[in-house]
Amino acid sequence: MSSFYDVIVIGGGPSGMQAAIEAKKEGAKVLILECNDSLGGILNQCIHNGFGLRQFKEELTGPEFAYKQYSEVKKLKIPSVFGAYVTKIEGEKITALVRGKEKEYFSKAIVLATGARERTAGEIKLAGDRGAGIYTAGTAQKMINYYGKLSGKRVVILGSGDIGLIMARRMTLEGAKVLKILEIMPSSSGLRRNIRQCVEDFEIPLEFSHTVTRVVGRERVKGVYYAEVDENLKPKLETEKFLECDCLLLSVGLIPENTLLSEVEKNIKKQIIVNEFRQTSIKNLFISGNSLHIHDLADNASEEGAIAGRSAALFARGALEELGEEYEISFSSAISYTVPQRVSGCGSFKIFFRAKQNFLRKKIVVRCEGEEIASKFCVGITSGEMQEIEVESGKVKGPLTVSIE
Amino acid sequence: MKTICIMCPVGCSLNVYEKNGEVIVEGNSCPRGEAYGKTEFVNPSRVVTTTKRSGAFSYSLKTDKPVPKTMIFKVMEKIKKTPLKELDVGDVFIKNILKTGANIIVTGKLTI
Ligand SMILES: Cc1cc2nc3c(=O)[nH]c(=O)nc-3n(C[C@H](O)[C@H](O)[C@H](O)COP(=O)(O)OP(=O)(O)OC[C@H]3O[C@@H](n4cnc5c(N)ncnc54)[C@H](O)[C@@H]3O)c2cc1C
Ligand code: SF4
Repeated sequence: MSSFYDVIVIGGGPSGMQAAIEAKKEGAKVLILECNDSLGGILNQCIHNGFGLRQFKEELTGPEFAYKQYSEVKKLKIPSVFGAYVTKIEGEKITALVRGKEKEYFSKAIVLATGARERTAGEIKLAGDRGAGIYTAGTAQKMINYYGKLSGKRVVILGSGDIGLIMARRMTLEGAKVLKILEIMPSSSGLRRNIRQCVEDFEIPLEFSHTVTRVVGRERVKGVYYAEVDENLKPKLETEKFLECDCLLLSVGLIPENTLLSEVEKNIKKQIIVNEFRQTSIKNLFISGNSLHIHDLADNASEEGAIAGRSAALFARGALEELGEEYEISFSSAISYTVPQRVSGCGSFKIFFRAKQNFLRKKIVVRCEGEEIASKFCVGITSGEMQEIEVESGKVKGPLTVSIE
Repeated sequence: MKTICIMCPVGCSLNVYEKNGEVIVEGNSCPRGEAYGKTEFVNPSRVVTTTKRSGAFSYSLKTDKPVPKTMIFKVMEKIKKTPLKELDVGDVFIKNILKTGANIIVTGKLTI
């Protein structure tokens, strides 16, 4: 097999697989480099249902979603290299460690779809001992769902993101006792359906505005101290209590895995800047899925992969050269970020964004130099959920602003 | 009864009550929500998903339809106790588990 391709996709999760599928449909010669031994990414361990309503119009579990995409990858005869851990990208050259050996691949266009990693105990400056029994929720999920190993019997979960909620139910079903879920914020960033079916169904106590102040147990976790926090999220030490447990799971957020891209342009929030084609400041490099921004739905990560894959294939055959001028997208203070952050406006496109708080009965408005070019009425906008608005072709003549009114 | 629809990520707040012998669902944004509200009122049910190791494989499993909430732990127990020989994705592992009308099917198979 020659090592020259039109499009190489790094990462074979839902976003990478869809990118490969679309690039292939555009006629490109495609390869997937995946560090694990199978395609599917994080979906392989997300055995619960709730995926696919958008893309496949039916409710699927993570593995079923991955299997559907995988079947298409197979049908289109797209090759993958497994156990290929990409360590460097320079221009058209990709260096990967394949089962211990360094190998080089060349591609006209590259799609990065390496997903996200979980924030760790160190990153949230968790105080106290570091005995065995402290895991990120995703690690605990992998332990039980791949290897059948339960990470503890008496469990405290810090953070009420979806992974934590899903794991609260999973551990309970496997016979562990989930003593408490502690959330530092006054509300959960997890989906309401997960609060209902993972927490309330099993009467697991979920305490808002609470956090772990200290972990006890040098060799094995013996318990945690926890306390209520004030408006500035500082623990009120007079409320501190001790809870005996043998396991602490952290569900405190995901961080895009984009360390491979040290050279590309990022904004002050360290987000990678892309245009509507998911093209970065390095023109042959495209990015999608959780490695660009965190998607709560695999369907969305996959949809973004489709955009990146198609664009990469166009780029590879020289059809994405003349984009013309690109304009910035700015946003009102109620919004925390948008993707893309820049547009050329060559065709129609969607702007994805997250709101900082929840809103009821509001309008999302996109303006170009003061003139309204797209708007959409929403009954409810929640901060936990990604929002989107479509802008028609030919409307972009200058910088854009997005606002919630 | 106030509850939350779990049929899609939107998570509509539902109000379900009985009027003249009929179950009324309010707050849903689509028909799936109405159907969910009704069953939730009469016989709350959930899809159960779990995994099971066998040989070199880790299988992920699910009930192909929701089972009564009261049966969840019994279903888990039954899955644990039933030996699993080699199966493929989509195969039925346990038919009509504990007479719930739901089959346990294989959703994924990983080599460990
Ligand atoms: C616990 C959990 C629960 C979730 N629940 C739901 C849900 O109920 N419904 C829903 O729709 N969505 C859910 N999601 C979200 C959804 O799974 C993700 O948004 C989606 O999987 C992201 O896809 P991705 O392709 O960007 O990344 P991933 O799935 O993470 O795939 C990235 C791939 O890249 C590979 N990779 C990484 N680095 C390298 C490298 N250097 N070289 C080679 N390969 C590399 C990885 O091995 C992996 O296969 C959940 C996510 C998690 C973590
Ligand atoms: S009522 Fe419909 S839209 Fe609302 S959560 Fe249920 S399935 Fe989703």
